[in-house]
Amino acid sequence: MSPLPAVEELKALIEAGVTGAAVAVVPNSSPSGQHSLLLDREHARAVAEFLRDHAELRLDYCSLVTGVDWLDRETTEKIKVKKVVEGPDGSQQETEVEETRKTKTPGYLEAVYHLFSMEKKHGPVILRLRTANRADDGHVPSLTPVWRSAEFQEREAFDLYGIVFDGHPDLRRILMWDGFVDYPMRKDYVPPADDALAGVHA
Amino acid sequence: MSVDEMVTLEAGPGEIMEVSMGPHHPSTHGVFRMDVRLEGERVVRLKPVFGYLHRNHEKIAEHGAYLSAIPYTDRLDYLCSMTNNWGYVLAVEKLAGIPVPERAEYIRVIVAELTRFQNHAGLVGFLLQDMGASGTPLMYAFREREKILDLFESLSGARMMCNYMRFGGVRVDCSAEWLEEVRQLIGRLPRFVDEFEALLRANEILMARTQGVGVLPRELAINAGVTGPMLRASGVNYDIRKVDKYGVYDRFEFQVPLGDHGDVYDRYMMRILEMRESVKILEQALRDISDGPIMDPKTRLRGLRPKAGEAYGRIESPKGELGFFLVSDGTMNPYRYRVRPPSMINLTILEDMCLGQNVADVVITLGSVDIVLGEVDR
Repeated sequence: MSPLPAVEELKALIEAGVTGAAVAVVPNSSPSGQHSLLLDREHARAVAEFLRDHAELRLDYCSLVTGVDWLDRETTEKIKVKKVVEGPDGSQQETEVEETRKTKTPGYLEAVYHLFSMEKKHGPVILRLRTANRADDGHVPSLTPVWRSAEFQEREAFDLYGIVFDGHPDLRRILMWDGFVDYPMRKDYVPPADDALAGVHA
Repeated sequence: MSVDEMVTLEAGPGEIMEVSMGPHHPSTHGVFRMDVRLEGERVVRLKPVFGYLHRNHEKIAEHGAYLSAIPYTDRLDYLCSMTNNWGYVLAVEKLAGIPVPERAEYIRVIVAELTRFQNHAGLVGFLLQDMGASGTPLMYAFREREKILDLFESLSGARMMCNYMRFGGVRVDCSAEWLEEVRQLIGRLPRFVDEFEALLRANEILMARTQGVGVLPRELAINAGVTGPMLRASGVNYDIRKVDKYGVYDRFEFQVPLGDHGDVYDRYMMRILEMRESVKILEQALRDISDGPIMDPKTRLRGLRPKAGEAYGRIESPKGELGFFLVSDGTMNPYRYRVRPPSMINLTILEDMCLGQNVADVVITLGSVDIVLGEVDR
């Protein structure tokens, strides 16, 4: 097994090899130590081809493709702000007041790719693509033209998470039936009531 | 329409006929359908359709604790519950940094190789069944499989849904008598493999039906993420037991059989040869297993709460690379639980293998992929 460069080196390699690509390291604090690389959507396809064809890396095998749903988050934090208030004697005074601030972080859908090399027998290199949000822009580029193994798995992520893979040759539902609406693996999915289908086939 | 009219209904020269093979068809080994377009007998298009057994296994697992997913993994590839357990517990062990005692690692190897043996034996039996050797060869395979399931039953309490492994070890220890029974069984297995191999090697009809059929080129196999015996039949030396050396696989001497044609015949021969290698591994594991604990004492099974992070763990299951991808958010249940199902991904290139072939060859080509719908559909 030939050694694989660390994620920081991989990031530098990609940014040197693919012009304009923006790569961010997503650290993983688990004992597994499997850190990943977040790619920008515009250059993802080029980066994928670069990683597959690079003579040292030869990541010819895309093992796993999956979706992950990250909900919109609302974080509340208490911060101290300085405010000028009028004192009891009428003078202007500066005091510290505690305020609660709510910040909304929009959620996103994530497509995660685990790459290995059958030739060099190393891996995994983990790529992540993120959609702009969970509602109206659920697009990421498809990597099926680079690795055929993504074909069914991207269809599954489309089917269960609603991630739209632009450039996929045959993007249809795969496990759920064609008429199904909604995406059952999303975190806010509400399953239909037990009697919801009663009478449908009557 | 009268029966006579139906019988004479046929596609003229150059006309395309659409046939829906399955979902209820003996050759599909489960509820699986293929939308096939035929020109005469020649396949011009084939689209797999599945999902009939879909129960959203992943969602169920995300709703429960880490421990409670183990019995569900039994039901993925329901012929190989032991290896499914192993794939999952390996991922949890990576996620939470759990060590495994040596004895448990040996027991895992023993049950996993027995699982591989019975899976491959069953598959070759089904091939002969698919080609018209009705019943008898399959029963030969099942005769041996029953003996292995007997061993699983006395070890775990269940023949198929074993629910045997735990993160940090295995659920119950095996006795010296049990190990002796395994030793006796594997002493007889090579003779069974010889007998079975003769059915393949010395059968002219079988060779005519399988050689040069359903060819999968090496480059396509790699690019399409095909794994397991199917990949190695196309000549790619990639066996996760050798590449990752998970568990104690670095301690055993065994070969990785490789094919050179990538046809249906090679795929079946891979299974025969791997059965022989499994016996070799079993012999070494039985020789080297020593006494000791079977569970990591510090691991909390029920209250496991891994730190936020993620891990991907994978093993060489009888069908190919079985992987589990877990994301923890620091709570009691996995935030994301994903199975990498080898049977489903190996179906990606089914159409490529079948194009231009006769419709009868679709049956054996599908059979040589080795799918189990419990895993394809999840």
